[in-house]
Amino acid sequence: MESQAEAYEQENVHEVYQNIAQHFSATRYKPWPIVHQFLQNLTSGSIGLDVGCGNGKNLMANRNVFIIGSDRSENLARIALKQHPHSAIVADILRLPHRDAEFDFAICIAVVHHLSTPERRAQAIAEILRTVKRGSDLQPGGQVLIYAWALEQKDSRRGWAKGDQQDVMVPWVRKNPTAPQESQTFHRYYHLYEEGELEGDVERAGGQVVTSGYEKDNWWVIATPKVIS
Amino acid sequence: MKVITANFVTCAVKDCKTSAASFPLHFHDAELEMQEIDFQPEFIRNVIPRIDWEGLRVTANELGFPSLPDSKPEGKALEDERTLKDLHRLLLETQVMEGRLVCGNCGHQYAIKEGIANFLLPSHLV
Repeated sequence: MESQAEAYEQENVHEVYQNIAQHFSATRYKPWPIVHQFLQNLTSGSIGLDVGCGNGKNLMANRNVFIIGSDRSENLARIALKQHPHSAIVADILRLPHRDAEFDFAICIAVVHHLSTPERRAQAIAEILRTVKRGSDLQPGGQVLIYAWALEQKDSRRGWAKGDQQDVMVPWVRKNPTAPQESQTFHRYYHLYEEGELEGDVERAGGQVVTSGYEKDNWWVIATPKVIS
Repeated sequence: MKVITANFVTCAVKDCKTSAASFPLHFHDAELEMQEIDFQPEFIRNVIPRIDWEGLRVTANELGFPSLPDSKPEGKALEDERTLKDLHRLLLETQVMEGRLVCGNCGHQYAIKEGIANFLLPSHLV
């Protein structure tokens, strides 16, 4: 089962991003407001992760912290390399090459919705929570900001709403401006999150929800590892 | 790959995380390139307290840099512009363009190609 899900994601997520990296990157140039605010509020010298960093657009929000961005797509991580003073590597969200409880924060923006089973989505969140500092009664733990695409987006171009199918293939059209007939369409797999589902995944992953909300067609949550006292 | 990155990565194999031998990963056949990056003294000053100094000493040694001081610069030493500039040069401006990072526990090798390290595992190690 596990290797089937992995092969599915390889074909319907990873390979697509490798193919659309340049065009995808050109359409994404600044962090969303809540992501921007989260990164801006960090203490100078904080160390953190951007898991599934894509072209690194979120890395530019704060140059006084150090972020290691990682992505499954080497083509995207390579674009992210240009965001100094930060860094970028190629890594898998389920097997992050980082020590336990080391980081002050992590962000994971528009990534977990690409994992194709509920178990793998919870595992991905657990893996990110593993890397941030554990809190205690005296000190809060590291915070993780997670975004996922919402099922509830009636007013968007896609028009999905509650009750619709949650596991969908979403087309990406790579246009060739000089030869429109050569435009190519790629399909990416998405799991659309319904209200409350992301919070549920965080709990299942051993995390605690600090705050959560909805912004522009996405559900978001700020989580921290559960304090064990 | 910036040298500072090596201070915040380890082996992607789950069982290696509990082994002290998996950090830092060891550079083999590293090819370096210097790349100019804006010097932000505040950034270096704030980041140094978070650096695993022993790990950085191992890394610097493997990359052929002169020995770093035995102990991490603290307090007054972090006011010294020379010290901060040297660390800026080592941590941010030194790029490992080619080579391998090797786990001291399981021996797995991660390739660095054209400046980017790849931590994806082959299926038998997953």
